[in-house]
Amino acid sequence: MKNTQGEVWVFAEQEEGKLSEVPFELLGKARELADRLGVKVGAVLMGSGVESLAKPLFEGGADVVHLVDDPELKVFRNKAYRHAMVELVKEVNPQIVIFGATHMGRDLAPAVASALKCGLTADCTDLQIGDYTDKKTGEEFKDVLMQIRPAFGGNIIATIVNARNWPQMATVREGVMKPLQRGTGNGERVTGTVVRHGAHLDGIDIPVEVVDIVRKVSSVNLKGARIIVCGGAGVGSKENFKLLHDLAAALGGAVGGSRAAVDLGYCEHERQIGQTGVTVRPALMISCGVSGAVQHLAGMKDSAKIIAINTDKDAPIFQVAHYGIVGDLNVVIPKLIKAIKQKG
Amino acid sequence: MKQYNCVVCVKQVPDTKKVTGDAMKADGTINRAALPAIFNPEDKCALEAALRVKETYGGTVTVITMGLPAAKAILREALMCGADRAVLVTDRKAAGSDTLATSYILSQAVKKFNPDLVFCGRQAIDGDTAQVGPQIGEKLDCAVVTYLEDLKLEGDVAIATRDIGTGIETCRAHLPALFTVTEKLGELRPFQMRRVMENKNAEPETLDCAAIGCEDSRCGFAGSPTSVNKIESVVLAGGEFKEVPATDEGISGLVSELIKDHTIG
Repeated sequence: MKNTQGEVWVFAEQEEGKLSEVPFELLGKARELADRLGVKVGAVLMGSGVESLAKPLFEGGADVVHLVDDPELKVFRNKAYRHAMVELVKEVNPQIVIFGATHMGRDLAPAVASALKCGLTADCTDLQIGDYTDKKTGEEFKDVLMQIRPAFGGNIIATIVNARNWPQMATVREGVMKPLQRGTGNGERVTGTVVRHGAHLDGIDIPVEVVDIVRKVSSVNLKGARIIVCGGAGVGSKENFKLLHDLAAALGGAVGGSRAAVDLGYCEHERQIGQTGVTVRPALMISCGVSGAVQHLAGMKDSAKIIAINTDKDAPIFQVAHYGIVGDLNVVIPKLIKAIKQKG
Repeated sequence: MKQYNCVVCVKQVPDTKKVTGDAMKADGTINRAALPAIFNPEDKCALEAALRVKETYGGTVTVITMGLPAAKAILREALMCGADRAVLVTDRKAAGSDTLATSYILSQAVKKFNPDLVFCGRQAIDGDTAQVGPQIGEKLDCAVVTYLEDLKLEGDVAIATRDIGTGIETCRAHLPALFTVTEKLGELRPFQMRRVMENKNAEPETLDCAAIGCEDSRCGFAGSPTSVNKIESVVLAGGEFKEVPATDEGISGLVSELIKDHTIG
């Protein structure tokens, strides 16, 4: 049932009682959409013993926190979370539900959409409210969610709508939406309403038990980096990649790689920037030996400043760069490091 | 010993890594004919997972795809690698299916084989949505394990290792179960010479939507809640562009400029 007064929801994923940055990114966008529609922002918080996480969600822009607190939800399991979420959507009837395109979000959201028989658009890079006309029937829809995403390996940008089967659901790429400054999102208020809901899991057989989780200790924080030095196939070897680490160290930045660099084993998978890796928008991106495949550009073109270093003056990377240096990175990078050390 | 009945869902996709200027039409849409059609890479890993189950524990592997008759090519490849049975679901009614309708049709096909284990690639390279696997799982109402990296079986329980992004999870899933498989599981084994000869002209079984009991209203455009409002080709547009000479002076000037505008320093 289409509820044009329905809330805009964010699935506020948590693990071990901690929220990542993702729910806050989603809340930033949800706030904008809800203000445009004149409705409330709801954050869905599921877990066991997680009520204390409501406060930061209010600070991040939520008006209402829908809390589903149940021991069965302590660790994420598709069936349990799916069931609780489906019941919650049926009960409250939001008009929009957005999830992070994280492992959890990409596991849960499709299952929820499948159960509700509604549409879902994966990995959106932007969401807007707009009007849509069905080209076949001529039917007009006001204020629907425009779900914008790269497709076909990043070669096209598609705008998807689900005008009829609400709620309108989407997953959103990590690192793309901007969180609100905490505490200012919700007017001057930093509190809101917590509404408790049951998980409705009595008599539901959950066929998966989580035995063990080994957390990754990641030393790579590309999303939070102000400066990123990124290497591509043109770096030529794993040894040469050390130069990029030297440059990053001189600038206090992080090191990333294109898919080609990762596939060639020049750097670790967790450093991959692009369509199938991380999306970043640092203040400064220094691209070294990256040709600029669209898949890669999709993940970095919104960097505030881009310096491209490449021996091929026709490389596509120069089309998004602000500064281009045509030359051998083995010569250029040491010169850059020297200049930075002299001036910095 | 239990024998496992495995079904693998696979897709033939245009090779999006090979998209060049020629593959883009003037209106910004893709000229699919200009791209080679390949076996979706992660679906190959899904097939490998099933073949390992067959090899280690015994059982059968049935491969299902939904698509045009041209998709028989990847079914033959699957047979050449060791799959026992290949099924093509093809029907005009399926045209225009989004992930919801696709997962409905595939789930109807999968149900026909009553499997213990269902394997799907995590995602297909033409859409990268990763939605069809979990949506088939929801419709089968079985255990769903995404991002599978390793699998062992103990009777009716699968012990699965999966990537959860922030870590590696080990879980026990009671069969039947559906898994979405990533490249971490390992590459698909090469063709077996004998099977290449046997299957190079193999005609997979063909089913239409009616044969698998699909309701028309849930297939194709009719069963797809999402629609494409607009497609734009990616226009590369940087800001102002300045070429910096690769000399000491040029690079020193660049660093000064970045310090001056507070980008660095």
